[in-house]
Amino acid sequence: MYSEIVLAGFGGQGVLLIGKLMAYAGMKAGHEVTWLPSYGPEMRGGTCNCTVVLSDKPIGSPISKRPHALIVLNLPSLDKFEDTVRPGGIIVVNTSLINRLPRRTDVTVVPVPANEIALELGNARAANMVALGAFIAASGLVDRANVGEVLKESFAARPKLVAINEEALRRGFEIGQAHTTAVAAG
Amino acid sequence: MAKKLMKGCEAIGEAAIHAGCRLFFGYPITPQNEIPEYMSARLPQVGGMFVQAESEVAASNMLYGASGAGCRVFTSSSSPGISLMMEGVSYMAGAELPVVIVNIMRGGPGLGGILPSQSDYFQATKGGGHGDYRVLVLAPSTVQEAADLVIDAFDLADKYRNPVMVVGDGLIGQMMEPVEFKKTIKPEELAEKPWATTGCAGRERNVINSLYLDPEQLEKHNWDLYAKYQSMAAEVRHEDYNTEGGCDVLIVAYGTVARIAKTAIDQAREKGLKIGLFRPITLYPYPAEALAKAALGAKAVLVAELSTGQMVEDVRAIVAGRRPVAFHGRVGGMVMGPDDLVAEAEKLVAVPA
Repeated sequence: MYSEIVLAGFGGQGVLLIGKLMAYAGMKAGHEVTWLPSYGPEMRGGTCNCTVVLSDKPIGSPISKRPHALIVLNLPSLDKFEDTVRPGGIIVVNTSLINRLPRRTDVTVVPVPANEIALELGNARAANMVALGAFIAASGLVDRANVGEVLKESFAARPKLVAINEEALRRGFEIGQAHTTAVAAG
Repeated sequence: MAKKLMKGCEAIGEAAIHAGCRLFFGYPITPQNEIPEYMSARLPQVGGMFVQAESEVAASNMLYGASGAGCRVFTSSSSPGISLMMEGVSYMAGAELPVVIVNIMRGGPGLGGILPSQSDYFQATKGGGHGDYRVLVLAPSTVQEAADLVIDAFDLADKYRNPVMVVGDGLIGQMMEPVEFKKTIKPEELAEKPWATTGCAGRERNVINSLYLDPEQLEKHNWDLYAKYQSMAAEVRHEDYNTEGGCDVLIVAYGTVARIAKTAIDQAREKGLKIGLFRPITLYPYPAEALAKAALGAKAVLVAELSTGQMVEDVRAIVAGRRPVAFHGRVGGMVMGPDDLVAEAEKLVAVPA
């Protein structure tokens, strides 16, 4: 298994966090993992992204110019990264904030109204977790139980947030299951 | 110990604590602020001390004082800050004081930018400050290796009574990877330093100094230092990757670029092109003998760096015209991709010998 995943959105949407959870869950499953944030001068209000690589072998480049999968939470991120995804890959799109679907026809598109679902659950900030749930279901790359476990660990200081995030993850997972695909490549 | 997912900067800080270091003096600069941030939180928990100095110049002189008093001591900075520290580094080299300095390199010259760079190779490996001196230079390419080398750096600094520099870039510093710490040294377990200024009751006075006004004495001191730098050759380290049985093109790269090269090697294999990698882990002393051997097993050599060409000068001197040596560099914070390295390698094999 070898997979490069780019996660992108506005600063504050929590793409770095769900990238970390994915990497942490991958590590728990015994994979080699890297998590690399963009740390350029663009900060507040700008786009924010990170790259996660999951592999069975030691990882070379932690940078991905042609990812196997993309999770985008806002429109500028879709505009920026849509064309980089490898054919046969997967794009998870937050349709709550992105008013178009990807133009690509050679990838699996997973549309998720992440903010709407999070609002329904009572906390708009859990939108990132909805998107993560959709991705892990659609890609099968990361074990859901492992993600649940690391979610609990990373919210250990704020246990009140665990339940809503778990629920957000579950709702996303249900949507993702309808788009199950194999993105692991190479 | 279970592996933890840590940022390179945090792993570097934790490694210093595992090495028995309890003192950090520094001044903030991107992209390595997570190191002082981490040390400022961790050191008080383990009975240590963190000081944010008024400048890098001040920090480097605090290092001099603490090292002279026999303590393991550590700082980190990024390129412009390292330049400011060079006064202290030269004095510590002259006074033969052990210290560990981490440089998370960024693009220059001047303030430059904050993105990854390897443009301080000359500064790190050829001395850096004034005077005829060298520091041991270690270049990790993973978070795990960064942690391991920081621990080793303290031992090497004490062994040679010399500054040791660990050079990375923003990718190594900002990236998270699983890491475990190979050993834990308590400060009280460290060997005594009989040369340190620890109070001279009952013994001869120790003097820590780099001033030699008598030219005969200074010349002797310079040659003694030279002999010490020569003896550091015992510490050379490198990694060979995919070089068994020779290769079409040998990429020579360190740190982040070496990782990109490994991905390029896998891509080239699918195209039937055999690329090998020679990755120096010590940049000073340079693993010259091993490089010569690896280069002679290849048809051509490609040096890849995040600079306009610095290490390539050393590689050309070592290969000494026996193989063609090409160069590929990106600068300003731009980083080459694996595809770029494969394309450069393809160009080399396409040229008739």
